[in-house]
Amino acid sequence: MENIYYLPTHEYIRVEGDKGYIGISEFAAKQLGNVVYVDMPEPDDEVCAGDDFGAIESVKAASDLYSPVTGIVVAVNEALIDNPRLVSENPMANWIIEVTIADPTELGDLLTPEAYAEHCANEKH
Amino acid sequence: MENLKKTALHQRHLEAGAKMSPFGGFDMPIEYEGIVAEHEAVRNRAGMFDVSHMGEVIISGPEAARFVNYIFTNDISTLADGKILYGMMLNPDGGTIDDLLVYRIDEQRFLLVINASNIQKDVKWILTHAQAFNVRAVNVSDDWAEIAVQGPEAEMVLMTVLGIDVTDLSFYTFKHLADGTIVSRTGYTGEDGFEIYATPARIDAMWCKLIAAGVKPCGLGCRDTLRFEAGLPLYGDELDEDISPVEAGLGMFVKLDKDDFIGKSAIVHQKTEGVARKLVGLEIEGPAIARHGYEVLDMEGNVVGTVTTGYRSISLGRSLAMALVGSAHAALGTELQVRVRRKTFPARVIKKRFYTPNYKK
Repeated sequence: MENIYYLPTHEYIRVEGDKGYIGISEFAAKQLGNVVYVDMPEPDDEVCAGDDFGAIESVKAASDLYSPVTGIVVAVNEALIDNPRLVSENPMANWIIEVTIADPTELGDLLTPEAYAEHCANEKH
Repeated sequence: MENLKKTALHQRHLEAGAKMSPFGGFDMPIEYEGIVAEHEAVRNRAGMFDVSHMGEVIISGPEAARFVNYIFTNDISTLADGKILYGMMLNPDGGTIDDLLVYRIDEQRFLLVINASNIQKDVKWILTHAQAFNVRAVNVSDDWAEIAVQGPEAEMVLMTVLGIDVTDLSFYTFKHLADGTIVSRTGYTGEDGFEIYATPARIDAMWCKLIAAGVKPCGLGCRDTLRFEAGLPLYGDELDEDISPVEAGLGMFVKLDKDDFIGKSAIVHQKTEGVARKLVGLEIEGPAIARHGYEVLDMEGNVVGTVTTGYRSISLGRSLAMALVGSAHAALGTELQVRVRRKTFPARVIKKRFYTPNYKK
């Protein structure tokens, strides 16, 4: 069982030890349609739980990306620079940034996959 | 959401699974299959739009022509029956109340097609000024429905699917069918195409025939990407009550050699003195997309303008924008920058007609 948590704003974090891989959920990817640009931070940038760290652009609009945790950017997914569509095609495999998790207790504030699924169901109405 | 108006085709959109969103006070389809597929259908084959949200006002009476020429920037005095002109209604300061099409039905009857978001405002404006003329102005927006069929195959679609012969229509002309339906060779996509005005029941029947024939339903999402590529303004983005047609590069639709019209003296002044800002096209280096409201900077980092619309162009594959910038920065080839969130990207002023329209002359 993987350790995946979500924000209500549709970002996920997949936790592996003290590292986290942040991306957008399947639900969000479906809503966005074709992703044409992912605005990512630089390695070594700080991210803060609840703050935006970048944006994702579909044809129609830009959506801010929010960080589920506080930490330091270890890497960005460079494949997205030339091929942002990967996020639309497989958002769980194509994370956007890798971060070190400064405070693991923050994970407790996030939605579990079950709670997130319920959140999406409510949003659809 | 309860206050949103519904077009005659609203239920059809829901049945088709369209993504719906408020626009101009209406609950409108933004996309069905997806903006890119719909955009490409219109550029390469044909697509159809529910544009019933557009407003229609009929001006009639002995002074109809004189009145329309008084509130409209283009010159309708020589317009023949069955012909159409694009132009604006201005306020006395030269700001744009709305941009619209004027159809001359006959000497004493004109159809004005106005933007959905401006219907109330425009009708009030028209009625106020109509008092000084021997005319009648009737807002028929709620009684009429409208669809647009656009794309290189639009003519064939109208002939074969709807049985409407349009070979006699050139660009910006229209005709009445026997049942009162109006068909014009107009559009908002940069492609050849038609707009059809009729009763809701007739429009619904046509929509269903077109769907059955496999014509792709298209939402307002691609309507915007299409009009943007063709350099056409959207009221609220490139035009507004504080943006004049001269600033928006639409001076050719303002005829200063005709009788007085509302806003004329302001435009004469702007044309002689020059305007402080101008609408330009921008090509942005890199993948970032400059959206409405983003800042435009000069090379020293001073803010010199604002983006009005921006997309990663579907047909051209480049990041493009229209922006209102200080006139000193509006010359073709000027190097500028756009701020996209925390980063700035180099941009260059280019012609804002990014895509060369394929109109049927």
